Amino acid sequence: MSTETAEIQLKKPKEGLFSKKNRKLITDPLDDSNPVTVQVLGICAALAITVQVEQAVVMSMSVLFVLMGGNFIISLLRNVIPNRIRIIVQLVVVAALVIIVNEVLKAYLPDVSTKLSVFVGLIITNCIIMGRLEAFALGNKPWPSVLDGFGNSMGYAWILIIVSVFREFFGSGTLYGFKILEPLGLYEIGYMNNNMMILPPMALITVGIIIWVQRARNTKLIEAN
Amino acid sequence: MDSLNIFVKSIFIDNMIFAYFLGMCSYLAVSKTVKTAVGLGAAVIFVLGITVPVNYLLENYVLKEGALTWLDPEYANIDLSFLSFILFIAVIASMVQLVEMVVEKFSPALYGALGIFLPLIAVNCAILGGSLFMQERQYSTIGEATWFGLGSGVGWLLAIVAIAAIREKIRYSNIPAPLRGLGITFIITGLMGIAFMSFMGIQL
Repeated sequence: MSTETAEIQLKKPKEGLFSKKNRKLITDPLDDSNPVTVQVLGICAALAITVQVEQAVVMSMSVLFVLMGGNFIISLLRNVIPNRIRIIVQLVVVAALVIIVNEVLKAYLPDVSTKLSVFVGLIITNCIIMGRLEAFALGNKPWPSVLDGFGNSMGYAWILIIVSVFREFFGSGTLYGFKILEPLGLYEIGYMNNNMMILPPMALITVGIIIWVQRARNTKLIEAN
Repeated sequence: MDSLNIFVKSIFIDNMIFAYFLGMCSYLAVSKTVKTAVGLGAAVIFVLGITVPVNYLLENYVLKEGALTWLDPEYANIDLSFLSFILFIAVIASMVQLVEMVVEKFSPALYGALGIFLPLIAVNCAILGGSLFMQERQYSTIGEATWFGLGSGVGWLLAIVAIAAIREKIRYSNIPAPLRGLGITFIITGLMGIAFMSFMGIQL
């Protein structure tokens, strides 16, 4: 999260495009309106692929590409799309972008692509994408839409990466595929990986705990019951 | 694998929610009362039971490598599987529209019950997920694919009704404030997932 804000400040003096309002589009989804923990969008695929950090990073990058591209295209088309068929138009645009992502992954990262299996295809119905297209891109100019897409995918990415760091570290003793615990000799003195972390239920519980921590810090997000 | 095995397996072991997290968005959003949960669950069974076999036919007679040989033996090495995402989602969106119109015409009561949920379903990950898993697992007959679709739907209904019932009661509990609502729902779903893991390894 902190690296993100640093990057934004670096860009700012170069371009006047990052006005205060535009910057808010990027920083808001990181915390106050985080797509995963606050808007509850895109949980579907988010949890299944957080067993390893590498998968989470690849998935986040794919969502980043699809969301920025989709937001941009829909925002360009927003005045010519008839209201009645907008869902179909959005699905077609998103599906086309996802096909590109899928083919690129198959060509350059075949092993990650097999691990992600159907979840690349499921980006199409990822609620973040549809939610942002519907709620933002249909009513805003292309540039703010691209920023909104960037912000939301980053909000999505940091949750994914934190969850996957926890799960990979405690579940397999590695981080991004590098063995962390084995060189320390922990296994020889009786340490064992917690295999539970690799199984699906722990992803849910980890996200639950992240939500708990976030809401304890940011009390205005607490729900009534 | 016979059909019953696939059916039971897709309800309990490969449960859409607890094993693959598909359809989580609507699962979390529409699980506040049991009544609406049943409505959405029924709609999901309905749509999965229709779209999975339709996409199965599409996969085996149009998209798969060599699937077009029934048109002309020359097409044996054409592989259209890269188009599967866009075709599957188009089938799902149009099927949902069609189902909505048919139900509205012939069964107004059912339409009243499912009505508001049907349009939502086109973008429910569980539906597209059902078709993609069908493609990945290569079921051998259309019957098996249909049982898989129905079973996944029933599993989804089971999960959403269970969590809705728990959420109705949990209102009376004293939960730490930051955990209320979303947080506790996630943790309960995790615990239910652990319970469902006990079905693992069942063979019929």
